[in-house]
Amino acid sequence: MKIPLVYNLRSIAHRPVSTAMTALGLALVVAVFVAMLALAGGFRATLARTGSPDNVVVLRRGATSEMESGVPRESARLIAADPRIASGADARPLVSPEVFVVINIPRAVGEGVNNVVARGVNDEAFAVRNIHLVAGRKFASGRSEIILGKKIVPRFAHTAIGDTLRFANRDWIVVGHFAAAGSALESEIWGENEQFMPVFRGEVFQSVIFRLRDPAAFDEVKRALEGDQRLQVQAQRESAFYAGQSTVLTRILTFLAIMITSVMAVGAVFGAVNTMYAAVSSRTPEIAVLLTLGFAPRSVLASFLSESVAIALLGGVAGGLLALPINGIVTSTTNWNSFSEVAFAFRVTPGLLVGGVIFAVVMGLVGGFFPAWRAARLQVVQALR
Amino acid sequence: MALVEVRNVHKSFQRDSQVIEVFENLTLDIAAGSFTALMGPSGSGKSTFLNLLAGLDRPTSGTITVAGAAVNTMSPSALAKWRARHIGFVFQSYNLLPVLTAAQNVELPLLLAPLSKKERAERVRIALGVVGLEDRMVHYPRQLSGGQEQRVAIARAIVSDPTLTLLDEPTGQLDKKSAQEVLTLLQRLNDEFHKTIIVVTHDAHAAEKAKQVLHLDKGVLAA
Ligand SMILES: Nc1ncnc2c1ncn2[C@@H]1O[C@H](COP(=O)(O)OP(=O)(O)OP(=O)(O)O)[C@@H](O)[C@H]1O
Ligand SMILES: [Mg+2]
Repeated sequence: MKIPLVYNLRSIAHRPVSTAMTALGLALVVAVFVAMLALAGGFRATLARTGSPDNVVVLRRGATSEMESGVPRESARLIAADPRIASGADARPLVSPEVFVVINIPRAVGEGVNNVVARGVNDEAFAVRNIHLVAGRKFASGRSEIILGKKIVPRFAHTAIGDTLRFANRDWIVVGHFAAAGSALESEIWGENEQFMPVFRGEVFQSVIFRLRDPAAFDEVKRALEGDQRLQVQAQRESAFYAGQSTVLTRILTFLAIMITSVMAVGAVFGAVNTMYAAVSSRTPEIAVLLTLGFAPRSVLASFLSESVAIALLGGVAGGLLALPINGIVTSTTNWNSFSEVAFAFRVTPGLLVGGVIFAVVMGLVGGFFPAWRAARLQVVQALR
Repeated sequence: MALVEVRNVHKSFQRDSQVIEVFENLTLDIAAGSFTALMGPSGSGKSTFLNLLAGLDRPTSGTITVAGAAVNTMSPSALAKWRARHIGFVFQSYNLLPVLTAAQNVELPLLLAPLSKKERAERVRIALGVVGLEDRMVHYPRQLSGGQEQRVAIARAIVSDPTLTLLDEPTGQLDKKSAQEVLTLLQRLNDEFHKTIIVVTHDAHAAEKAKQVLHLDKGVLAA
């Protein structure tokens, strides 16, 4: 049987200062680890939420983003005629040929401008994309009006309803604010495609988005569209399209999280090593007593390892608590596929917190191993001299 | 066959280039149920002798058999198991884990035996009762006097009913009166419970309580 854990827990409690310092070192590492992954996770979740598996995005063949794409009016009309496209309440097909441009508008605080996406859509786009207005009304057809994604509103100037935003040499009146279930679309400016088309890139759409009548028919639709030599397009599920946009940045953020926290972890582990060596050497007589009583060296090893892990658990939980308040805080980054700003929230998930605690425990095991090994190898006769 | 058989034991320590001979050729028997006081000047090898019997140290050559087991040939992990079953050991000081209560300290060796929580609690109560500290169960070592601490250590040494109880100057840090109490307690354990006891002491008066007194001098025994 093992050396009771209460022995280690009380020993930890007997040196509160060194325990707290060590745990704090581990906590900081865990907090940074959780925060950075919460950033990557929040970004990925926002883009993943943007695409629906029921929708199809059609771009020019070979285009990797909407920016590079171009779909002529005639092609858009041909695509919209596909019978596999779902129809809306008024029996019109749920398809939206869209204009996609990146513009810059002034920020709400400080000097300067930022890139944002301006998307020209038709009436069906609201049903296709699951958009609803949170304030004001839709832009009226044929008018110089726009609506703003709700994440744009606090971050940029002149975004209140009734305000005027100037871009493409024209004044645009803000008539509404919309929500899109937390997706990246909430960082976009929407207007009518027929209004945006002439002032931006001429007689061409950038993409055609439509809703499938039967999501399982995607492969068939894809084959039909891509096989049509008149069109020269490619089709992707909207979910895959946005997930693809998040992978590069998510990978970079995750890589950075691992790099930075690894470097920090080395420091924290050394802290743990120090604390545990000090604990072992100050308790040499106690270890000698345990060995004399007949506890096996491996029980002593396990006992000191669990002491180190207990400190690490403390640090892991503290680190999680430190990181928790950032959950939901909105930040923004440049979406490297469109070079426009996407706002998203840090996402501290239960899984991340568990991961942080596991990380702490691993650091505790690594830091505790050599001191515990020394304790287990102690020669009673030497220890008591 | 005696409980303890020491045969032709040679023990030396190497310190740098210097070799310290402790025992050159030690042979002796200790019978089951005996109560032996071991005396001798400092450096005569008393602690070394107890350590060899407990398997905490190994002879340079020769054999040591305790309760039929060849102590000098066992592996460290086998020794740990064997010690838990057969040896109770009390040091001069530093016996108790300061963060555990008297009862928890006494319970430690029982954690190595196949006993239920209830059985362990019962045995702890009895052992602390034998040393007269039943009312100090939940006290921590720092809340006890030196003599009481040593009595708790003795309770722990006997709680698992070991074959052989070894005490290395258990009264070294105690005043005369407490030392007498401890020796009286050992005498009782031997008389009433037939425990085999070897105790190292410097106090000739205290040693009189033992059934036999052995004198070690320069590694040689004199009765
Ligand atoms: N680990 C060791 N390394 C080197 N020398 C040692 C070691 N252990 C004991 N000795 C030496 O062996 C001799 C016997 O030591 P031991 O501790 O057995 O004496 P003792 O009779 O218990 O003395 P005391 O009454 O002072 O406790 C001493 O000369 C001591 O210096
Ligand atoms: Mg000694």
